[in-house]
Amino acid sequence: MLDKIKKSQDILASTCEALGRQINIMEVCGTHTVSIFRSGIRSTLPEGLRLLSGPGCPVCVTDQSYIDIVLQLADRDDCIIATYGDMIRVPGKNGSLETKQTKANTKVVLSSEDALQLAKDNPGKNVVFVAVGFETTAPATAVVVKEAAVESIDNFTILSGHKLVVPAMKALLSGKNHNIDAFLCPGHVSAIIGSGAFVPIVEDFKRPCVVAGFEPLQIIEALAEICRQLSAGIAELKSLYGAVVTGQGNIVAQNIIDECFEPADGYWRGLGKIEKSTLKLKESFSRFDAFKRFNIAEIPGEETSGCRCGEVLCGLIEPPDCSLFGKNCTPLKPIGPCMVSSEGACAAWFKYGGQERN
Amino acid sequence: MTTDKNDRILLAHGGGGQLSDELIRRHILPKLENKTLTALGDSAKLDVDSGSLCFTTDSYVVKPLFFNGGDIGKLAVCGTINDLAVAGSRPLALSLSLIIEDGFEFELLDKILESIGQTARSNNVDIVTGDTKTVEAGAADGIFINTAGIGIRLAAAELGVEKISAGDKIIINGTIGDHGMTIISQREGIKFQSRLKSDCAALAGLTCELLEKTSGIKFMRDPTRGGLAATLNEIARSGKKSIEINETDIPIDKTVQAAADMLGFDVFAIANEGKFVAVVSPESAEDCLKICRNHPLGKKASIIGQIIQTKDFPLVELITRIGGRRIVQMPYGRELPRIC
Ligand code: SF4
Repeated sequence: MLDKIKKSQDILASTCEALGRQINIMEVCGTHTVSIFRSGIRSTLPEGLRLLSGPGCPVCVTDQSYIDIVLQLADRDDCIIATYGDMIRVPGKNGSLETKQTKANTKVVLSSEDALQLAKDNPGKNVVFVAVGFETTAPATAVVVKEAAVESIDNFTILSGHKLVVPAMKALLSGKNHNIDAFLCPGHVSAIIGSGAFVPIVEDFKRPCVVAGFEPLQIIEALAEICRQLSAGIAELKSLYGAVVTGQGNIVAQNIIDECFEPADGYWRGLGKIEKSTLKLKESFSRFDAFKRFNIAEIPGEETSGCRCGEVLCGLIEPPDCSLFGKNCTPLKPIGPCMVSSEGACAAWFKYGGQERN
Repeated sequence: MTTDKNDRILLAHGGGGQLSDELIRRHILPKLENKTLTALGDSAKLDVDSGSLCFTTDSYVVKPLFFNGGDIGKLAVCGTINDLAVAGSRPLALSLSLIIEDGFEFELLDKILESIGQTARSNNVDIVTGDTKTVEAGAADGIFINTAGIGIRLAAAELGVEKISAGDKIIINGTIGDHGMTIISQREGIKFQSRLKSDCAALAGLTCELLEKTSGIKFMRDPTRGGLAATLNEIARSGKKSIEINETDIPIDKTVQAAADMLGFDVFAIANEGKFVAVVSPESAEDCLKICRNHPLGKKASIIGQIIQTKDFPLVELITRIGGRRIVQMPYGRELPRIC
């Protein structure tokens, strides 16, 4: 393995030197972020190469308005909130699920199936599943929505906060951050949507897209491939994730998403409203839509004062550039979601140290 | 004597009357039998030679009460023995306090007491005094246990974090994270839980052997809550030295790693209950390693890193598998399972 690493590192060093400028590569997946920090990859990169942690952590990209809606629902006596663990600490306007008086109404679940089970076990309550995540988690939500429909579990609803990766990448390039030179694309999302989904990024925006898994070696090889393309002045789509990723992706998973959801315009933290970037339940399943059941309109949230998560997610600043980082904002007392989620850029930077600490 | 399956602890068992007496004589004494305890004095008398003593206490709460590799009783005995062991002493006697919920089944209590008795006996430690209280149902997660322990400090043990210097080696006696991941997986009902096993064990036999046969041991600590990451950070901070560890040298069971990855936990921050970290002089490191590896509790022992000069702030740094460096942070609070 070490030989292969050495080889890729040599390519990185020579191509970066040849390019003679700062290169910004963005990863758009929380698992990549953690793997990159945990394996110390950043400390081995040439000086001119910068890795940016983009909008890839599901908790981080969730707009504050969504959190506030969840908190409102948690206040209702007739509701039980079923949520993945890392959402409970994300602060909204007034506290988080964890600090709420009503926290007895909140149940942490490990899967969407657990959430549906909760509804079956509590027929007298409305169980609202806080459905966040990208294309990787959306199929699991769709499965339980269908199951709820078949079994008529009418006290079950989902609050869909599901998001789509590619629209966010396009939005970044066409607005917030033109300085992104290339993308390291996530293996598991690509296994679902297919590597072909990144074609517009390569063709319309001329940015290299390389799909990689989460092993440090594969990540380094992907970075080397990106730099090779950049120095050759080309932009191509390539997958190093092997047989798991095909051009088309996982049709079964895509079909089940399509069956239950349709793309809708929606809000992202830091990126604002992005066209057709979120998944909304289709009309035929609208009785399981918590937005409809409880008559909720989603309006954009305001950022918590001082928190710069939005800029971090766009790759405009690095966590230590935020004046609250490590002082007022730590994983123990997080101010923004990027510090709450273990996959958030601020948390990873705090936990594993950035380049400046080495 | 047999206990009916449906027998349960009642609040009155803690009331000091006849039921309390029965609880002690029928359930506790037979399992823990030894001269000092059987005397049932208000306090235990212990005869010790001159020298210095180590004294420690800890309370044990764990859910589930029974887990693969141990139970709350074994944990309560091993935990306190280990605190004495890493302080450089040979454990002599323990106290045992039980706080039991109304309605707790005698069958479970007996199993726990059996395990306490057996663990103490196999480690040559007597439970010499104790107490039992009962509390209302729901107030104690079934049962809470407190143990305190006294040990006689070994003449050879001159341990202190101030003795640590750059170049010293860091040894651990085996794989990390086994206890914590077993508990978490069992709690979450993860399917591979049966392949995980807590490392819960009493370490005094091995630590005493090390202290008696080698001279280079400078400091020891058991990486329980907060795991290896917390222990190394404590050593770095109080010793005011940085630490460098090698990822490839840290023993981790594959299933433990897989469980941690799946649930989004960092193995370095996961609790151990049968491990110690020792800081030893470079000259004695190989001898210590050999002794460990010849002992049943040290078969996978490894030299995982070393003490280095600190630059401006004592840090624990990890040299990763790919040759990168990153810090190992003091774990903070509870980590939450992540989304995908
Ligand atoms: S350090 Fe905290 S406050 Fe600053 S951007 Fe990150 S999460 Fe927000």
